[in-house]
Amino acid sequence: MRKDQALGDYLLAHGVSRRAFVKFCSATASLMALPPSALGQIVEALGAARRPSVIWLSFQECTGCTESLTRSHAPTVESLIFDAISLDYHHTLQAAAGEGAEAARVAAMEENAGEYLLVVDGSIPMGNPAYSCIAGVSNLDMLQETAANAAAVIAVGTCAAFGGLPHANPNPTGAVSVSDIITDKPIINVPGCPPIPVVITGVLAHFLTFGTIPELDALGRPAAFYGQNIHDRCYRRPFYERGQFAHTFDDEGARKGWCLYELGCKGPTTYNACATLKWNEGTSFPIGSGHGCLGCSEPDFWDKGGFYTPISAGIWGSREALLGAAAAGAALGVGSAIAARVRKKKAQAEQEAEAS
Amino acid sequence: MTLLDFARGPALQWSLIILVVGVMWRFTGTILLGGKEDLSKPRRNTEIRDGLATIFTRSLPEHQFEKKIRFQHVAGYAWHLALFIAVLFSAQHILFFESVLGFGWPHLPSGIILVTAAIALAILLALLIRRVSHPVQRLISNADDYISTVIVIVPLVTGILASAHLGARYETLLAIHLLSVEALFVWFPFGKLMHTALTFPSRFRAGAEFGRRGVKA
Repeated sequence: MRKDQALGDYLLAHGVSRRAFVKFCSATASLMALPPSALGQIVEALGAARRPSVIWLSFQECTGCTESLTRSHAPTVESLIFDAISLDYHHTLQAAAGEGAEAARVAAMEENAGEYLLVVDGSIPMGNPAYSCIAGVSNLDMLQETAANAAAVIAVGTCAAFGGLPHANPNPTGAVSVSDIITDKPIINVPGCPPIPVVITGVLAHFLTFGTIPELDALGRPAAFYGQNIHDRCYRRPFYERGQFAHTFDDEGARKGWCLYELGCKGPTTYNACATLKWNEGTSFPIGSGHGCLGCSEPDFWDKGGFYTPISAGIWGSREALLGAAAAGAALGVGSAIAARVRKKKAQAEQEAEAS
Repeated sequence: MTLLDFARGPALQWSLIILVVGVMWRFTGTILLGGKEDLSKPRRNTEIRDGLATIFTRSLPEHQFEKKIRFQHVAGYAWHLALFIAVLFSAQHILFFESVLGFGWPHLPSGIILVTAAIALAILLALLIRRVSHPVQRLISNADDYISTVIVIVPLVTGILASAHLGARYETLLAIHLLSVEALFVWFPFGKLMHTALTFPSRFRAGAEFGRRGVKA
């Protein structure tokens, strides 16, 4: 796509009909809980949108977020829109390498100062800058330099949004999230390990349409996608209400598709759109495949006491500590009883002495 | 650390330690305290049998008071039964017990648990209202009675809300429910809730001593 070509023209040239495009815009408006009246605005704005420059920085990450976005099994309107942005810098996807690649990033920053979108996946190590460098530049320096003139920052994936797996206890690299460092720019957190592709494109579409960031929740996530928990939208919810749970991954309950709460499903405390949007173009999601939700779109999901520990179970010390407490309590009791008996004998002796 | 992490982690650990230390301390101390030395010759040598019998006979109302205490008696039984069902047979509770004790047991459907918890709450509220409105009960009640009642009511209310997902986000409701239970754990050994551990031993002891003297316990 040429930089001066409108998005609508580009999609039309690639075989996306006007009907399919409006359908996508309608779905996006619906997904993001926008009023029906916003549809015309979205169609018009997206159709006329010029290629926005996007710089994608990958720090301490596994490339899963990029894989999620690019490995969809068929080209979709969403992926075409993603293709239609000017992805000026992305380690995994760009053809350029070495100094040429870095020059492309600097050029994009200069040409689109104040207008480009910065997408970040991966956490930033604060323990030692050398833990993660790109072309000799530490992640921290590159983030600060690139964010300085960005219009907005999208933290894609739980690592960028909340620190993610690198941040897990004991956090050996001192990993932090984007919002821990950048405080003077609008930041949209799109967590998930990885996030759902349509959530990323939905956020991009919103920005292209309105030029603003969508409504966010307390954790900086788009409320339209992260406003409800998995449990409330889970098709296994009726089994939870009836108290029908799978006890193991291959018992009768598991085969019958009963609730996975006992197997550690974090659906009730996880806010994401997995249960409604699903993956692989709406085919399935982890619970649909028989595994509980890991809670990957929540902060510190790696340190919640184990993926297979039910939410209502404690994540505490050890039974030995309780045995020790029982022994200590019994010793206290014995001591109290002995002290009481001594006091009693003493009082009796005093009484007898007074009487005689 | 979120509120739920705190409730499931350090708060749970320390409240359980306080509960266990406190219960063992009071239980052992009370059992070993010993009573006044009885120098009389025993009327009959059936102290253990009398003690065990008293555990059961005192579970029934005395005939002469039967009419006057019928409400408390029936309500007391119904309340304890409903509470035991709600606490011991909820799937979520059993998972909690399993994480502490290392073993679990079969659970009842969530709907039954919700109904029994609501019944337990309604009875407890009725008993609290009676305690406040009845002149004699009000006179013999102290702060411990009210604290112990309220500290049981709060987990029931928060448990019902968490179970029904009403009023706030689930993680907040669950955290508040856990914290209210942990407050109960901390209060348990030091207030009248300790009757849970001491009722039967005290009945046994009274029965055994009365039996020794040839008195009906």
